[in-house]
Order: sequence, then C-alpha cells, then structure tokens
Amino acid sequence: MTGMNVIVCVKQIPDPATPGALGSDNTLKRDGKLILDESDSYGVEMALQLVDAAGGGEVSLVSMAPNGEVSGLRTALAMGAAKGTLVSDPALQGSDALTTAKVLGAAIQKMGAFDLVIAATESSDGYTGTVPEQLAEVLGLPSVTFAKKVTINGGTLEANRQTEDGFDEVTCPLPAVISVTAGVVEPRYPSFKGIMAAKSKPIETVTAGDLGVTPVGWAGAGQSIVSVTQAEARAAGEIIEDDGEGFAKIVAYLENMKVI
Amino acid sequence: MNIWVFSQEASGAPTTATLELLTKARLLASSVGGDVTAFVGGDASALAASLGEHGATKVYATGDLAGKLPGVAVSAAMKAVIDGGDSPDLIMFPQTTEGRDVMSRLSVKLDRTVLTNNVDISVDGGSVSVTTPIFGGNVLVTTSFSGAGPFLAAFRPKSFAAESAGGAAAAVTATPVPDLGSIGAAQVVAVHVEATSGPKLDEAAIVVSGGRGLGEAAKYEMVETLAKLLKGAPGASRAIVDAGWVPYSYQVGQTGKVVKPGVYIACGISGATQHMVGMKGSKNIIAINKDKEAPIFGIADLGIVGDVHKVLPKLIEALQSRG
Ligand SMILES: Cc1cc2nc3c(=O)[nH]c(=O)nc-3n(C[C@H](O)[C@H](O)[C@H](O)COP(=O)(O)OP(=O)(O)OC[C@H]3O[C@@H](n4cnc5c(N)ncnc54)[C@H](O)[C@@H]3O)c2cc1C
Ligand SMILES: Nc1ncnc2c1ncn2[C@@H]1O[C@H](COP(=O)(O)O)[C@@H](O)[C@H]1O
Repeated sequence: MTGMNVIVCVKQIPDPATPGALGSDNTLKRDGKLILDESDSYGVEMALQLVDAAGGGEVSLVSMAPNGEVSGLRTALAMGAAKGTLVSDPALQGSDALTTAKVLGAAIQKMGAFDLVIAATESSDGYTGTVPEQLAEVLGLPSVTFAKKVTINGGTLEANRQTEDGFDEVTCPLPAVISVTAGVVEPRYPSFKGIMAAKSKPIETVTAGDLGVTPVGWAGAGQSIVSVTQAEARAAGEIIEDDGEGFAKIVAYLENMKVI
Repeated sequence: MNIWVFSQEASGAPTTATLELLTKARLLASSVGGDVTAFVGGDASALAASLGEHGATKVYATGDLAGKLPGVAVSAAMKAVIDGGDSPDLIMFPQTTEGRDVMSRLSVKLDRTVLTNNVDISVDGGSVSVTTPIFGGNVLVTTSFSGAGPFLAAFRPKSFAAESAGGAAAAVTATPVPDLGSIGAAQVVAVHVEATSGPKLDEAAIVVSGGRGLGEAAKYEMVETLAKLLKGAPGASRAIVDAGWVPYSYQVGQTGKVVKPGVYIACGISGATQHMVGMKGSKNIIAINKDKEAPIFGIADLGIVGDVHKVLPKLIEALQSRG
C-alpha cells in the first residue's frame, strides 16, 4: 500500500491538572480553556507513524467541542497532523456518548476518503469508553478496540488487542476504526517549527445542523441527572514520618488486622 | 421488568462480575416482577447451572464466536432476538472490555443511550436510575433513563454481592450470530494469556501495588516479594503498566481491575483519582510515599511518609524473619 489517510478523533478537555467541577446543569464544566486530551496524543502519534510507514497520505483530525475551541486541535496539528474538522454548536451541550458518535461519524463522512479512524480507548474526563465502538457502528465499519500494538501489512491491519488476562492478535481489513490504549507509542513533543506551522493549517468548523444530525444535546440524550451527592468519606488515618522504624508500624498494623 | 445480563465466561465458569449482575437482576425482578435472562456470547452448556443458581431463568447463547470479536457479534445476536419480539426493558453489562464493546454496538443498533461506570441501580415504578462515582469516587451522580427501553447500563465489578439463590439450571436457547457482512471482518488469529501465579488480583484478600515511585522496573520485585509473603496478589498503577514494567493484567483502577481486599498496600503510588476509584473500597489501606502531600494519604488508614527503597526492604526482612 502506498499512502494512507488516517483520521484521529481528538477530544478537547478541561486541563486535568485543575480540579474538575460540575456546572449548574450537573455536567462537567467545559467553559474554560480546553486542551488536547493526553489519551488522544497516542492516537495522533500512532497515525503519524502509520502514515510515515505507508510512505504517504495524511493525518486529519476531528473534534467536537464547545465555543469553537481549537487549542487542542492546534497541539495535534503541531505534532504533525495536516488538517482538522471541528464540530461546535451550542445545541450540542449535554450530548451523550451516542450523539457524540453520531456527530463525529457525520463529520468524518464529510472529510473525504480514509483508510483508518483512530480514537482513544477512553477519554480522560468522560471515560464512557463507548464512543469508538459506537462510531464504528455508525460508520458501518469493522473495529478493533483496546489496540496496544498496530501495524499495517498489505492493506490489512494487524493489532494486539488487550484482554482481561493477556492479549489477542487480531487482523482487520481497512477501512476500520480502532481505539488505542495509553502507552501504545511515545507521543512526540511538538517542535517549535511544528507549533509555528500549525497556526496556518486549516481547521474547518461546522455545526450539528450542517451535518444534519438531530436531535442533539439535552434533547437527544436518553438520560437525565436526578441527583449529585457526596460519597461517604473515609475516616482519617494515622500518617507518620518514617524514622527508620516505619516498617514496624506496618507489621503491627498487619498483626492487628490478623493478617500475619 | 424483564432484564438481560450480558454474561461472560472465564475458565469454564461465569465470571464473578456476571454472577454479581445476575444476583442484582434477580433481586430487582423479584421486587417489581419480571424475568432474568443471561445472554452468553459463546457456548453456555457448562454455564447454565451456575447462571440458573444466581437468578437466570433463561439463557440465550450464540455458540462459539469463531474468532469474531464479541462487540460486533453479540450485539448483532441481541438485536436479532429483540427484532424477533423478545425485547428486554433493561440490559446490564459488566464494565469490561467486551461488555463495553457489545453495549456500544447495540446502542447504535437500538438508538438508545448507554450509561457506563455504574456502581448501583434502582427501579421505582417505570423509572430506572443508576449511580456513578466521579472525581475518584468522592461524588456520586444518579442518572435516570428517559424515553423507551431497552435501557443499557454497565456496572463496575464488585458493585453487588454474588449470591446463589439455588435456582434450577436455566434452559438454553440458541441465538446464532447473524451474517455480519463486512463489519464483522476483524478476526482473532491468536490468543495470548499472560500467566500470573498466586491469588487473582481481583479476588485476593491482600493486594500490594507498586507505582512510579519504585523508580525502575527491577524494583517491582520488592512488591512481588511482599505480596508473596502476605499470600496476596501484586498490583500496579497505570504509570508502570504504560512504562512496560508489568503487564496490563496487574493494573488497578478505572481502566484496570477493581479490587476490594482486606488490606491494600500502595507503594510509591500518588493516588490519582483514576487509581483510587479502583481500590477505594478496600477495607484497610496502607500507603508508603515520600511526599506527605500525596493524595493517597487522604484515604490511607496507615500512611508512612518515607522512601519505598528504605521501608520495603526492612518490612520484607521483618516478615521473612517471622517465618
Ligand atoms: C482515562 C484515564 C484512565 C486511567 N486509568 C488508570 C487506572 O486504571 N489505574 C491507574 O493507576 N491510573 C490510571 N490513570 C493514570 C492516573 O491518572 C495516574 O497517572 C497514575 O495512576 C499515576 O501512577 P503512579 O501513582 O504510579 O505515578 P505518579 O503519579 O507519578 O506517582 C508516583 C508517586 O511516587 C512517589 N515517590 C517517588 N519516589 C518515591 C520513593 N522513593 N519512595 C516513596 N514514594 C516515592 C511520589 O511522591 C508520587 O506520589 C488513568 C488516567 C487516565 C487519563
Ligand atoms: N467530543 C469528542 N471529540 C472528538 N473525539 C471524541 C469526543 N468524545 C470522544 N471522542 C473520542 O472517543 C474516545 C473515547 O471517549 P469516551 O467514550 O468519552 O471515553 C476519546 O478518547 C476520543 O478519542
């Protein structure tokens, strides 16, 4: 195979370094600046490596995010992706995973021919972990989830798929959808040149209406939040500085627990 | 209310997570009326007795999947049964790789939302609500399904107790996977099991986990030695699984195993929310970390602010000398 076009789903999320908070509608607050979900940096890197190995083609990005947010897309463009599509629309506020998959699917279908769609196994903020497999069904494509090693061999994808107690070797013809685990590859840091180049790479912004996906947002979600409560806190424990005898504290604790 | 439980098998028996969900489904069905059906992606002949004991009165089984991935195959078989007229009100899935995939494919086929990562469910009249822990388990969000069923929900392992009710073996009905066409083109060509010795991580009474604070892969041996001395299982944070120090099957947390041992010992683990959600239910938590501000101390019953390279060797020696 010469040349390969890969689309990477990139979610833009609130910075995980700042504590999460719920908005007045009980959904995760996403009104501040958003960044590229680290989970998706693996997909971007994997896509860049596959295109490189295929000897041509390009990496495109697709993201659904509020307020026309593009900073996470720019990070992925700086890593080396060629272009991006952003779906941003106030009507998408409150969308569930199924709607997200429908929206991403509709956007992907407008992005031109592709060989592979890559997503992360789960996002850092929502972690429903269902969007990639839902997306495969929306697109009517075969899929391999939880891929921890991916190669392309003569138009066929070969993956090691993580299982509960090991891994399976799986083959899959293209086009296909895969979800990749964290750690599958080492994401590159954008170079200064990459960051400068990213500023002029094209990002097309579309609305849910442009894509013809209805109903979206709260209207489309088959769920509603009924309560948010504080979980029972664990009683505070005993915290001691190790003075060389810390191990003895543990031994005594285990004896007390009748473990030893 | 008729409930299906996506039922998984391991070494010839239903998984514990499956039996937990069947038990909960049986209790729900007995309080509001209705039947419990186990839906097996594979051959169910060896499972029917245990599935029946825990509450299933009927079993649907696809038969051997012949290397097809469960997500695409089992969801198609479920859809075929539903189209054939037997439509459940609720389908419960274990929050596992396969459970998630089957549920995802089915959600698109049925055009129904999915609710994942749940730890509880309640039924009040026709309304079904599920509870999900967020922010590392500090906050519980309860969400109810709206619109028409079937409602699709996935539950973390260990959310419910698995209890036999002594029911008879369930009758098995074959529900073959329909022709999948090109969407079923992914094929498993080899299966690798990463062997571990000692008790299983998610069943062990004691779990000793190591994290990035161990410094290097070779130091994980201290965690294994300690686990062995305590007849427990070794576990890990994702940081060191990603780094390739230990296989994924060691991972504790949101994307790994949920553990609730009598004692959990965290060595050089910071206590990220995604780690805590997998071990917070442990009865006793001991943490060793050199940073006294590490979040793990917030949930520890006994915290040692110290260097794992100093504390662990002494602890191991003390335990060894006890014989
Ligand atoms: C979507 C998603 C899912 C995730 N799922 C999981 C999951 O299932 N499980 C999981 O564990 N993580 C998960 N994570 C990752 C999680 O956010 C953390 O990155 C990870 O748990 C950190 O691992 P750690 O505690 O080993 O490393 P760090 O956070 O780097 O902590 C190392 C700790 O070791 C201490 N330390 C350093 N040197 C020493 C020493 N000599 N002696 C004693 N202490 C020392 C440090 O003070 C520090 O607290 C997930 C993340 C995401 C985004
Ligand atoms: N809004 C979004 N925009 C782009 N990709 C997304 C979005 N939501 C989910 N994804 C992709 O699907 C993966 C799994 O998401 P989730 O199902 O939310 O855990 C993410 O890691 C992304 O790769």
